[in-house]
Amino acid sequence: MDIGFIYKNIPLYLEAGKLTVRIALIGIVVSVVIGFIFSLVRYYKIPILHRIIGIFIELSRNTPLLIQLFFLYFGLPKLGIMLSSEACAIVGLIFLGSSYMSETFRSGFEAVPDIQIEAGLSLGLTKFQIVRYVLMPQAISISIPAFLANVIFLIKETSVFSAVALADLMFVAKDLIGLYYKTDEALLLLVIAYSIILLPISIIFTFVERKVRYAGFGN
Amino acid sequence: MLDSGINVLFQGKNFIRLLSGLWVTVRISLIAVLISIALGILLGMIMTMKHPIIKVVTRVYLEFIRIMPQLVLLFLVYFGATKAFKINLSGELSAVIVFVMWGTAEMGDLVRGALISIPKHQYESGKAIGLTNSQIYLSIIIPQTVRRLVPLAINLVTRMIKTTSLVVLIGVVEVVKVGQQIIEAARLTQPSAALWIYGVIFFLYFIVCYPVSLLATKLEKVWKS
Repeated sequence: MDIGFIYKNIPLYLEAGKLTVRIALIGIVVSVVIGFIFSLVRYYKIPILHRIIGIFIELSRNTPLLIQLFFLYFGLPKLGIMLSSEACAIVGLIFLGSSYMSETFRSGFEAVPDIQIEAGLSLGLTKFQIVRYVLMPQAISISIPAFLANVIFLIKETSVFSAVALADLMFVAKDLIGLYYKTDEALLLLVIAYSIILLPISIIFTFVERKVRYAGFGN
Repeated sequence: MLDSGINVLFQGKNFIRLLSGLWVTVRISLIAVLISIALGILLGMIMTMKHPIIKVVTRVYLEFIRIMPQLVLLFLVYFGATKAFKINLSGELSAVIVFVMWGTAEMGDLVRGALISIPKHQYESGKAIGLTNSQIYLSIIIPQTVRRLVPLAINLVTRMIKTTSLVVLIGVVEVVKVGQQIIEAARLTQPSAALWIYGVIFFLYFIVCYPVSLLATKLEKVWKS
């Protein structure tokens, strides 16, 4: 183990880590927004849109992110659409993430019993008020565990972006292995870097999950 | 120009080659799934034990596998372990090892969840009507556990198949690699091949994964009641 080598390369990993976190953050936030809108469309079965979004969700959930990225990065330029590797990464993450998020929210909405909505209607609430005050608070607390699992899943998925030449953590590690043959050191730093990003998130999420657990009648 | 790109697919044995490449990925995931289901059931049963050391060890294992991206695990085994132990692992073998490690962890957690989700009164009512312990397990606990488990396990299979696409990054010749070879070979004659080949690979994965996830959703609905 070459401590000097590790020490010298920490800044490289720091840079790459920042990039990974930034892309994950943008991708996840946009995915949540799009996913939420999609889930409402699916929940209320808005005529044609509901079908189109259904097809999109099946397509994106049943194909690997790596292939989606290759298509975006190597395939689309043939149609004249050039995306930088960063743009590709973000678009790919959103393509995958929004469908996962949408399914999570939708199952949350569907878990809210119909009597809740009927009770809202009989009180004279408007459709918007029902979504805001009856549906959302319950649906969100139901879907939080799956939502948090999705966030961790999406952060982990960012590791494949090195395949479209994005200089993220994986890319730096692969580079160091290739350039100096310092396999152990490069991999150790890689594991530490991902642990620093994901371990606190995982611990906080376990805690949050317990706090917001949906309490039905009787428990 | 665009419509000529698709011809690449039908030149020579290209399409067959792509399919046999896909089979490599599917084979890796099938082997890994079968082993992980067996080991996962074992791990899940071990995890329901109350022994503190077992709890800590399984927890750490699970947490480590959970937070490490699968690609990192692949690198750890393919580059790290081979150098550390001075052994020579083929890309395919390291992929199987990694996916078994990952699958066992995920499957173990699913089994544990399914086991502890069976309410205590199920065991007690079994006893109350005079069943023996093995009867309780065979006709009450195991059928219920299986119903909760199977849809989730099938979902794990689709995730596994999707994740095996990563093995191209450690040099296994599978569908993406074959696709890249085809694209390279046609670079001068059919410049738009990349669009078509990656598009086809995209749909090949969809065709493999979609029926499996449909099955999971269907079983979930049938067994819910």
